[in-house]
Amino acid sequence: MRTSLKLMTLLFAMALISCGGKEEKKKETFSYDKKAPQTETTTKKEEVLPPSKRVDLTSKGVGPITSVTLDADINQTMADQGSEIYKKMCTACHRADKKFIGPAPTGILERRTPEWVMNMILNPEQMVNEDALAKELLMEFNGSPMANQNLTEVEARAVLEYFRTL
Amino acid sequence: MRKSINIFISIIMVAGLVSCNDGGQKKGKRGAQGGLATNAAERVYVAPGELDEYYAFMSGGFSGQLAVYGLPSGRLLKVLPVFSQNPENGWGYSEETKPMLNTSFGFVPWDDSHHPDISQTNGVLDGRWVFINGNNTPRIARIDLKNFKTEEILEIPNSAGNHSSSFITENTEYVVAGTRFSVPIPQKDMSIKDYKGNFKGSLTFIKVDQETGRMNIKFQLMMPGFNYDLSHPGRDKSHGWFFFTTYNTEEAHSLLEVNASQNDKDFIAAVNWKVIEEYVNNGGGTKVPAKYAHNILDENTHTATSTMLDEVLTVNPMDVPGAVYFLPTPKSPHGCDVDPTGEYIVGNGKLSADLTVHSFTKMLDAIEKKKFDGEAYGIPILNFEDILAGVVKQPGLGPLHTEFDDKGNAYTTFFISSEVVKWKVGTWEVLDRQPVFYSVGHGMIPGGNSRKPFGKYFIALNKITKDRYLPTGPELTQSAQLFDISGEKMELLLDFPTIGEPHYAAAIPASMIAPNSRKIYKLAENKHPYAALTDGDVKVVRDGKEVHIYMNMIRSHFNPDNIEGVKVGDKVFFHITNHEQDFDVPHGFAVIGANNAELLVVPGATETLVWEPKQVGVWPFYCTDFCSALHQEMQGYVRVSPADSDIELSWSLGDE
Repeated sequence: MRTSLKLMTLLFAMALISCGGKEEKKKETFSYDKKAPQTETTTKKEEVLPPSKRVDLTSKGVGPITSVTLDADINQTMADQGSEIYKKMCTACHRADKKFIGPAPTGILERRTPEWVMNMILNPEQMVNEDALAKELLMEFNGSPMANQNLTEVEARAVLEYFRTL
Repeated sequence: MRKSINIFISIIMVAGLVSCNDGGQKKGKRGAQGGLATNAAERVYVAPGELDEYYAFMSGGFSGQLAVYGLPSGRLLKVLPVFSQNPENGWGYSEETKPMLNTSFGFVPWDDSHHPDISQTNGVLDGRWVFINGNNTPRIARIDLKNFKTEEILEIPNSAGNHSSSFITENTEYVVAGTRFSVPIPQKDMSIKDYKGNFKGSLTFIKVDQETGRMNIKFQLMMPGFNYDLSHPGRDKSHGWFFFTTYNTEEAHSLLEVNASQNDKDFIAAVNWKVIEEYVNNGGGTKVPAKYAHNILDENTHTATSTMLDEVLTVNPMDVPGAVYFLPTPKSPHGCDVDPTGEYIVGNGKLSADLTVHSFTKMLDAIEKKKFDGEAYGIPILNFEDILAGVVKQPGLGPLHTEFDDKGNAYTTFFISSEVVKWKVGTWEVLDRQPVFYSVGHGMIPGGNSRKPFGKYFIALNKITKDRYLPTGPELTQSAQLFDISGEKMELLLDFPTIGEPHYAAAIPASMIAPNSRKIYKLAENKHPYAALTDGDVKVVRDGKEVHIYMNMIRSHFNPDNIEGVKVGDKVFFHITNHEQDFDVPHGFAVIGANNAELLVVPGATETLVWEPKQVGVWPFYCTDFCSALHQEMQGYVRVSPADSDIELSWSLGDE
């Protein structure tokens, strides 16, 4: 019951958001033409970056993380912890500097906000359903879903710190 | 053979009678339950997405397993493998779980499971564990209710037909396992004709560690060579005692259906286990050689070990004054049931028309005043009239078992007259009766074997199904029936099929179990020696003819997924770790031509399947449990070369 209430609130919030000006995006998402090969060839001629290369430093994604403050200096202890966690929980699908099952984390903070990265780690199911970029990423990576490895927020934050060292 | 034909014929005759009688009643009943006439459907309807109110653990009977149902919907939630191999998830096939089925007779991949009992604290269900007995090759299993997994199986030596089991005392101090068949103890080569006076019946008291649940045999009571049929603990005022029904006090060894029905009364054996415990703690008892297996599954290594034990402590009841008394009980009593107050002990004399109820208070009084009516093998027999609390007069035919609600009522099942009869404890008057379809064995009320029953539902666990479901050839499932017992009259709400032949069952409010139910095993806690916990651990190692593959998997690939250098004649161990850490993402593993089963590996666990390739070629393996949109891509190949090939072992995933 409580879940369904949450869902309702979310849906409502989304409805509000979609009314609130992001009309272009909505059109794209629901447009059939967009997917037709013709359109693709035309857009290809212009500059279509795959979603993994696109830069979006404003979206925070969908999930529990709404604000992350990064200190100027890297916290090496935290980064080391993050490296250990990454090795155990993430390397089945990710390599540091090359595309594997999923994208490489190197340089991720030049393309995404820290909140978006942590939400993708902590809340992948909702992200690939509701975040436009995550949705596209899922398609770019053959529909292979980002697994929820049940990290705590502290663990996900450490992994983020490790990503800063890459 | 002849015996089984006899039994078969008599069952058919009884069933024939029963079904003739019931045909009319049933039709009438169906008419009355036309859906519009009652709101029965509404009361068992659990809407999509909603959850059941109770977990019911129903023995899998001759499937050897334990089935988990939801009540009131009657939906099958899970079959938990216990005593039998289960190819669906590799139980008893994987290297980790094979030791669970080890016994002193070697690997025994099947049993006949009968009586589940949920652990208690202060006589109230606590939901830590459920215990169940294997009847055929005597064993007791403990299933952990956080993991919903059989974590321990203890073989019972000096037992045969482990039937008056597995019932627990009110603080789970002991699990009790009594033998139905008496045997020579120790076993020896002797004439069956010399049964009388020479065979013994053992009643085994298994101590349970309160922290870990681990079981070990504290003592075995060596009783006369009767058949110990069922048992139940004393509770509250009678805590410290245990009651066992007996039949075949005639000590017949052939044609028991006639020869074991001669005595007008058999006994309920009342055992004061606290007195015996004290005797044993003070060094009493005799250690005798005995060979039996103790199997434990470790939740961190995900691996079972089997230890063969070699002695057991036995107690001769004659050596412990005040330990055992016999309560005369008419006509081969079957169920032995103690009411929630602990005062009344019901003997369900299956060949009697009446129910006999003994009084615990009167029993103690008779013992104190030494009012004995003879003895059997030195064990005092109390006087029937002195201990009798009351008789429920002619409630039906063939009483088997009695359960209790929380309002002072009892519910007895009648096999021959195929009905459940509700009666008042204390006044012994019959309050209600309802037909069941057909021939009920045990009945069950959630918590009905504790100080605090949850008297909302009664389940009749029926032996004969006949026309209750669409026919499926000569072999049918068994049938359970759910009654609402919250009102004055019992009301039949629902029929549902059950696996194997469920004997007893035990149920508990879902709220006591569901919040603790495990979702994943943490990779960080995985201590399996062959686990590939990171991609760095992935490797393939040859040790003579054995090849060990340290593999892991996640949606949706195996690492490695290409393996070369395996040869015909090798014994290949696939040690597979599931790297998922999310709820309900198991992966399966199957490889062509495997002579065992598949593996179903839950998140964070490691399991091992042995594969002995017999043919040269390139052979695929794949994930069997649809795991993602790329599930069909979750596959790999093993190249198998001739035995004399010199191809080195190599392995890869993608271009790595």
